[in-house]
Amino acid sequence: MQAFEWEKPVLELEARINELKQFVHSEEMDFSAEIKTLERKASRLRKEIYENLTPFQRVTMARHPKRPTTLDYISLLFDEFVEFHGDRSFRDDQAIVGGVALFEGQPVTVIGPQKGRDTKDNIARNFGLPHPEGYRKALRLMKQAEKFGRPIVTLIDVVGAYPGIEAEERGQGLVIAQCIEEMSFLRTPILSIITGEGGSGGALAIGIGDRILMLENAWYSVISPEMCATILWRDSSRAAEAAELLRLTPTDLLKFGIIDDVITEPLGGAHRDHANTGMQIRSFMRRYLATIMKVPLDTLVEERLARFRRIGEFHEKSLAEL
Amino acid sequence: MLNVFKGKPKYMTVRPQGEPQRKEFPDNLWTRCDACGKMIFTKELEKTGFLCASCGHHFRISAIKRIAMLTEPGDFQAFPPLVAADPIGFPGYAEKIKVAQEQTGLDDAALIGKAKIQGSLCILGVIDFSFIGGSMGSVVGEQLVRGFETALKEELPVVIFSGGGGGARMHEGIFSLMQMAKTAQAVGKHSRAGLLFISVLTHPTMGGVYASFASLGDIILAEPCALVGFAGPRIVEETTRQKLPAGFQTAEYALQHGMIDAIVPRSHMLDYVGRLLAWHR
Repeated sequence: MQAFEWEKPVLELEARINELKQFVHSEEMDFSAEIKTLERKASRLRKEIYENLTPFQRVTMARHPKRPTTLDYISLLFDEFVEFHGDRSFRDDQAIVGGVALFEGQPVTVIGPQKGRDTKDNIARNFGLPHPEGYRKALRLMKQAEKFGRPIVTLIDVVGAYPGIEAEERGQGLVIAQCIEEMSFLRTPILSIITGEGGSGGALAIGIGDRILMLENAWYSVISPEMCATILWRDSSRAAEAAELLRLTPTDLLKFGIIDDVITEPLGGAHRDHANTGMQIRSFMRRYLATIMKVPLDTLVEERLARFRRIGEFHEKSLAEL
Repeated sequence: MLNVFKGKPKYMTVRPQGEPQRKEFPDNLWTRCDACGKMIFTKELEKTGFLCASCGHHFRISAIKRIAMLTEPGDFQAFPPLVAADPIGFPGYAEKIKVAQEQTGLDDAALIGKAKIQGSLCILGVIDFSFIGGSMGSVVGEQLVRGFETALKEELPVVIFSGGGGGARMHEGIFSLMQMAKTAQAVGKHSRAGLLFISVLTHPTMGGVYASFASLGDIILAEPCALVGFAGPRIVEETTRQKLPAGFQTAEYALQHGMIDAIVPRSHMLDYVGRLLAWHR
């Protein structure tokens, strides 16, 4: 498994403990006291490192190749799933997946961008960068959910909408605007969970939820740290500094009132323990879906609109200044 | 003898992609055309609505000039001004705002108010590129939303001239992104009440501005050669490593691909918009 430079002390210590355990096992000697001490030390080190991640360390966690993808989450979170394809107009964009799934007996529509799990898959899925037809498929499935009174769960993990020639020709900007607008008025409960990367308009297009949750090692921003660094300093390698400035971590976004809750990941990140990550998200989904499914639809839409209406920081210019 | 030059059609000149725009009108007698390089008497330029007489190039104009072209004196009443806060404490942002305010005389990038265009009451909004690239932060978002809300309350049509470089205002982080949602929803409420929104895309309308309210007009117009699109041409080129097709993301290109209703030269804009407003009265 790919390890980050900054977590190497923990991984090395864990390896040593394992070695020692193996040794004990094969030699039938008693090192339990030593092992205990080392494990205490490892646990301290883990806490120290993983609970004080810098914003950019979280960004890299969100991009970890072994982190669960949307399809992984779908199998972790739901009991059954049928995938539906196509935008009924141009083609099926595999960079966004969607369909109907059963969540503890309740049918829901689930939609999310899908990164590839290997090179071949990544090529088929355009590295998880959706074209307009992907967003049109998402919108089609969301309207279907509304028609049949199904709640919608969007799982968001996308660097951004694909900046390509054909994508522009087929109205990338237009379709993002349409998704945002139509999603805002859908008469069905929407739960959005940012599971990994929340890259700008490509994420917002499927992120207009009644509740918006975020995994601990996910980011959500108007621009990627790399692009921000390029604009500021013409140097994308200074992304770590840009990540600090953008305030893109769940902690910041919770404080700003952009998201409603942060879903804790297993220590060391979701990629270390898919099953437990899934269990954790499930418990949040259970709670938040139950809450929004109780709200009458008129109120639900009204509150959804009011939630975004409030966002923005500015000063009214006083008459004295005019 | 047949004069081969007579009757030669005048072609619109498409600006080469990625060429930096020269600053709007230096304070002197002559102005060089960005597109054809010809020198134009500045007074003459003002008379033509900032169009190059020889190539038809549309110069970028300020919000105030735009409003003056569309309304009679006294027929535009701006909403009370708002001033940007610094919601994520972005280094240098407060200073940037101050400089932009001093340079443009505007409070922020949008000038929005109640207007009369050829006798039709409406809400008119213009985004000014010279204020931090016409980017949409909390102030622009809020002003637009207030515009649509007033229009909804008073059953008025809305006309917005968008011209925002990168679209979002990076310095406001997530707050800037959320203005896309906020403005799109305001358009949605106004639209669902059966009211008209005319969106006019001027050079350049990109990113978060294009991917929100500006794309949601009942009627979408553009000025000739205006750059309109989601991702900037340089990003597209770098990502795809493909040569961009000629005229990529120009208004003409958008028209050809079915993304806008019509291209309207500036000289016809007032009559065109005025007529549409009258037909929807």
